[in-house]
Amino acid sequence: MQLDYFQLIDRIVSLDFDGKAIIVEAQVPAQHTIFEGHFPGFPIMPGVLLTEAMAQSCGWLLMGVMKFERMPFLAMVKEAKMRGFVSPGQLLTIEAKIEHEGSGFAVTSAKARVGTELKCSADLTFRLIPFPDPAFRGFIDARAKEIGFPLQAIEQ
Amino acid sequence: MSATFDQIANIIAETCDIPRDTITPESHAIDDLGIDSLDFLDIAFAIDKAFGIKMPLEKWTQEVNDGKATTEQYFVLKNLADRIDELVAAKNAGTSTGA
Repeated sequence: MQLDYFQLIDRIVSLDFDGKAIIVEAQVPAQHTIFEGHFPGFPIMPGVLLTEAMAQSCGWLLMGVMKFERMPFLAMVKEAKMRGFVSPGQLLTIEAKIEHEGSGFAVTSAKARVGTELKCSADLTFRLIPFPDPAFRGFIDARAKEIGFPLQAIEQ
Repeated sequence: MSATFDQIANIIAETCDIPRDTITPESHAIDDLGIDSLDFLDIAFAIDKAFGIKMPLEKWTQEVNDGKATTEQYFVLKNLADRIDELVAAKNAGTSTGA
């Protein structure tokens, strides 16, 4: 995770285009100023950042399924449940899937675990909008390579 | 009132917390019921699921923006019910209506 840049996903483990599902990993940093305030002497990942990590997982899934023709923007968070604390240094494994592809929007669900322990889950709805500008698309392409997005599968 | 209208009205009432008895076939989803675009995503999701269709919201919006259609054609609920019936009929006939 690069928390300062809001880049919360480190690696795509698998992306199932037919099943419309993704598994990603996100390494919570062992140290960060966020943990100095959240909370002093009891550092835990803020729920909003866990929700964002699930949203970014769903976002990569949607971009893959749409072959990077649209950019997903988070529109709704439902049923967000923080089921357990996530501590500095822990490795999150996030599973996400597409529940429904509408016209201009998509509904997804995601679950994040540490090991086998479910830590949080949510249902997330996105608006699907053309990329605002080519530079933005270029940024996404570069980031996709960094996290091991299977771009060759898109190009086939 | 059609069964489709009743189903839509129930979805809107539940999704947007609008009293069911204030929703009529003549109601305009936006102008009369005050449903915004975000709430309409929820409604579209529920309608898509309930009827097994994909409402072509982007196509409809484009038609309105281009002046080729009015919002009344898609967002007055009796008309929306007709559009949904058409989509369901097209799905059952194995044809697409541009969704």
